[in-house]
Amino acid sequence: MNPARGSLLSIEHLEAAEILRLLKFARRMNPDKPRPLLKGKRVLLLFYEASTRTRSSFEIAAKSLGAYTVLIQAIGSSIEKGESLLDTGYTARAVGADIIVIRHPNAGAPYIMAQHIDVPVINAGDGLHEHPSQALLDAYTILRNKKTFKGLQVAIVGDIFHSRVVRSASHLLSKFGVKVILCGPPELVPDIATTLAPGVRVTRYVEDALRGTDVVMLLRMQKERLAGLKIDLPEYIARYQMTPARLKMAKKDAIVMHPGPIIRGLELTSEVADGAQARILEEVRNGVPMRMAILARAMGKMR
Amino acid sequence: MTSAAKNRSSLLIKGGHLIDPAARIDAPMDVLLKDGRVAEVSAPNKIKGGSDEKFDARGFIVAPGFIDLHVHLREPGQSHKETIATGTAAAAAGGFTSVCTMPNTIPVVDSVEWVDWLRQPERGAVVNVFAIAAATRASKGATLTDFRALHAAGAIAVTDDGKPILDDSIMREALVLGGELNFPVVQHAEDTRMTEGCSMNAGARSFRLGLRGMTAAAEATIVERDVQLAMHIPNARLHVAHLSTADALKSVRRAKRAKARVTMEVTPHHFTLTDEDMRDYDSNYKMNPPLRSASDLEAILVALADGTVDAIATDHAPHASHEKDMEFERAAFGITGLETALALAITKLHREKHIPVSRIVELFTAGPARCFDLRGRGSLARGSVADVTVFDPKKKWTFDAAKSHSKSKNTPFDGWQLTGKVVATIVGGKIVYSS
Repeated sequence: MNPARGSLLSIEHLEAAEILRLLKFARRMNPDKPRPLLKGKRVLLLFYEASTRTRSSFEIAAKSLGAYTVLIQAIGSSIEKGESLLDTGYTARAVGADIIVIRHPNAGAPYIMAQHIDVPVINAGDGLHEHPSQALLDAYTILRNKKTFKGLQVAIVGDIFHSRVVRSASHLLSKFGVKVILCGPPELVPDIATTLAPGVRVTRYVEDALRGTDVVMLLRMQKERLAGLKIDLPEYIARYQMTPARLKMAKKDAIVMHPGPIIRGLELTSEVADGAQARILEEVRNGVPMRMAILARAMGKMR
Repeated sequence: MTSAAKNRSSLLIKGGHLIDPAARIDAPMDVLLKDGRVAEVSAPNKIKGGSDEKFDARGFIVAPGFIDLHVHLREPGQSHKETIATGTAAAAAGGFTSVCTMPNTIPVVDSVEWVDWLRQPERGAVVNVFAIAAATRASKGATLTDFRALHAAGAIAVTDDGKPILDDSIMREALVLGGELNFPVVQHAEDTRMTEGCSMNAGARSFRLGLRGMTAAAEATIVERDVQLAMHIPNARLHVAHLSTADALKSVRRAKRAKARVTMEVTPHHFTLTDEDMRDYDSNYKMNPPLRSASDLEAILVALADGTVDAIATDHAPHASHEKDMEFERAAFGITGLETALALAITKLHREKHIPVSRIVELFTAGPARCFDLRGRGSLARGSVADVTVFDPKKKWTFDAAKSHSKSKNTPFDGWQLTGKVVATIVGGKIVYSS
């Protein structure tokens, strides 16, 4: 079975024109001016993994469109009792879900759901694979600040290997010709990462990554996914932490982004997190209209 | 070994083209089977005297019965996946007259009692089943099983398949004792300390999909260690199961040049698919060892053609749908393979890569028989066991997993158009499958 129309499983297989349509439509969405595009629809939020931003943002987006939301978390549901992913999906369908938003620790889980259940499935982050709504809201944030993708250079610093945000962002930015530089030590940034998409480059030196860069994207060290990998944190901080001095190496008007949650004193200092160039909270704000657009598209209402 | 009921009748296979690599025959021949043995092999129409039954093999290849060195029949303990009856029915449909069953069952086949149990007629085997026993107790890798007793009871090799022997001294002990008994030690080569949480090959594809990858090194380092041990222990016999990487192949080549008693098998899926072929997290592409890179596949094709590979083995690993239709990382490893092996070999190796059909037959017959010393099998020389596989190398067909004889349908080859089909499978002189 093919995924239901309106599903959003990855950025990799989303066409550039469709991405632009989503970004354009998101600009017309405003949670403070609710529009009943999804009036009476049921949006099921299926969260197998902890989340603050993504969950609340999807919930507010759905409600701003007039939909009901039901939250199912692994803890406190039948999932805890051993119910399989597909059985949970069938249950969601039977209970009358019109859209399933799924966050899952295993890569590809939304695909399995979408292949068996005839309801639009939205990937809200699957393991190390992709986080499409995050990449879209980041693109939305970049466009609001930089007007165009043309000629941009984006440096992404940190734990690339364990980041689904990076995979989605690299695919998205690459589709619009943006130069993407991935920066960090080999354990976190394997050379194979350059095969992700055209125009993706790897460097070990933060100076190299920042030179001429318009957007600096920082990532959290994902302790829960390191799986035995030994990272020397003081060494990492010495080489890669974003400080005001380092940030000066980027373009003067460079912006600082971070998908959150941020860990002050690790991947960035408080001065950078709270500085004039930071757009970290703007990203969170932009998440709501962006997800309104994603949900409207799922129901064929993106017109 | 379990065997179908003793056969007192005679069967004349007429008009076929016999390929018997062990006997160096590749010519039109008639074959007379009598009392469960090969009674005569002669040029067409030269066999005198009558027979109870005749089989018209015109237009077909007649070959020694195929031998699969590596199957999981799942009994005892996991009969929801497969039973000896259903697994051997699938084997018969795939042209296999003998299968060697792996001991990673519940409980593990690590005692004479369980080896005997596998051979009881109640199991309902329709082809010969040879037991490979566990190399260590409960396959825990700590204490060797009683090789001598297992060997005497009829087990044909030992292995801890799926749970490789990592401890150097245990592996050395196994090879020493195996060498004394002329008992092959089969290793699933994987340094599991390097592959925890991994579900596919490490490479560009696994990075893109966000799946942790098993490196080629995790296989190659164990093969290299085993080969080093085997080269320095008198009479040691090492069999490398389902080899999948170019690096590991280098170790085996070196061992063979040094005349060490090292043999190896490869699976049809490893010579057919690469890690780029999986779509949409389909767990029918998940097995261990995983599908590897295009350069690994190329190296395997070279080794199949040049004689380095001893046998094609399926690693038939049935699983119920509820163990496969789930998150890729959580789904069980393994795919079925008995019914597609010959057709994949003909389609991929012969038609695409021009490997002669006689070499393919060798990889299914004389090659595997040599690996595990299956006497009287792997050839149709006079006096051999009357196990015969008749196949049509030109027949085009579409594999339909739903119609598989196996209890499980976990295969990536469902709906594939293939060339080469089994016409009849004869075990001990008796036709157990015909299409």
